Amino acid sequence: MWKFLLPFAAFVALVVLFAFGLNPKRDIHALPSPLIGKPAPEFALSDVLDASRTVSNATLKGRVYVVNVWGTWCVECRVEHEELLAISRQHVVPIIGIDWSVDHGPGEREKAKQWLERLGNPYSQVAFDKEGRAAIDWGVYAAPETFLVDRQGNVIFKFISGMTQEVWEKEFLPRIAAAEKGA
Amino acid sequence: MSRRSQARWLALTLTLTLSALSGAFAEPPAAAMDAHGQLTNPALQARFERIAKELRCLQCQNESIADSNADLARDLRRQVREMLVAGKSDDAIFTFMTDRYGEFVRFAPPLSPKTALIWGAPFFMLLLGGAIIYRVVRQRSRMPIDE
Repeated sequence: MWKFLLPFAAFVALVVLFAFGLNPKRDIHALPSPLIGKPAPEFALSDVLDASRTVSNATLKGRVYVVNVWGTWCVECRVEHEELLAISRQHVVPIIGIDWSVDHGPGEREKAKQWLERLGNPYSQVAFDKEGRAAIDWGVYAAPETFLVDRQGNVIFKFISGMTQEVWEKEFLPRIAAAEKGA
Repeated sequence: MSRRSQARWLALTLTLTLSALSGAFAEPPAAAMDAHGQLTNPALQARFERIAKELRCLQCQNESIADSNADLARDLRRQVREMLVAGKSDDAIFTFMTDRYGEFVRFAPPLSPKTALIWGAPFFMLLLGGAIIYRVVRQRSRMPIDE
């Protein structure tokens, strides 16, 4: 009896393992964020469009908002940009951009400015993360990454890779609706 | 308070203050970095190298931040150096990283219910293999030797 059952059980175990492990919909590089359910890291950085102004998420306490980390060096961000523009026109929640300067040079700010002027600006505010410190605080490792913060100031969702209309409708809108109710 | 105990009290206070002060001065002021971004304090540099080898570069998931040329790895190395110079413990640095990037950022995550499977799997495999070999060998030893 064991002679047949044991290999069969092993076979079933392998099928289950592969069904989970080789699922093409699962991005093996997307890591679960330890920030989920925790207070959103605070930042106060200079505004990409106007260096004399500060962009801080402290002013958004009590509101549901989205944080999108991007950079002009990031190819996926260029693809995502059109989607973000379309999403921003729905005026659901403010989208805060964090322009992640990976080379720490002054060039990124200029490029980001031109990018927003040429392609349009989906962000209500864009912070300039010149030294990449905000990116570290938010646990960002592969731009673009998009976070959702609830009224209590906690991160409730993180999406890695380019935002799409589909992801927005399926993953973000229901969570935003729940968060707006304060649930 | 008697005069004697007062004197003793004063002496004690003085010693404590002095030892606290000397403690503060015994450590040289926070070691800075040289032109290449290396820590000038060799003890801190040694700790830095050990910690950097223990942290995974998440942009290139099989390299440590010590080996990687990725921008994020460079920023995380800077973070580790700054925390060392600020007198942070190794544990505080690892906690800083796992709070942001999760346990995956460590090549050898500490033993916990979540990581028990990773740590236990090799021993389980060893036991399983041992059991199989034991059975096979015993079965074969029972077989008649045919020449």
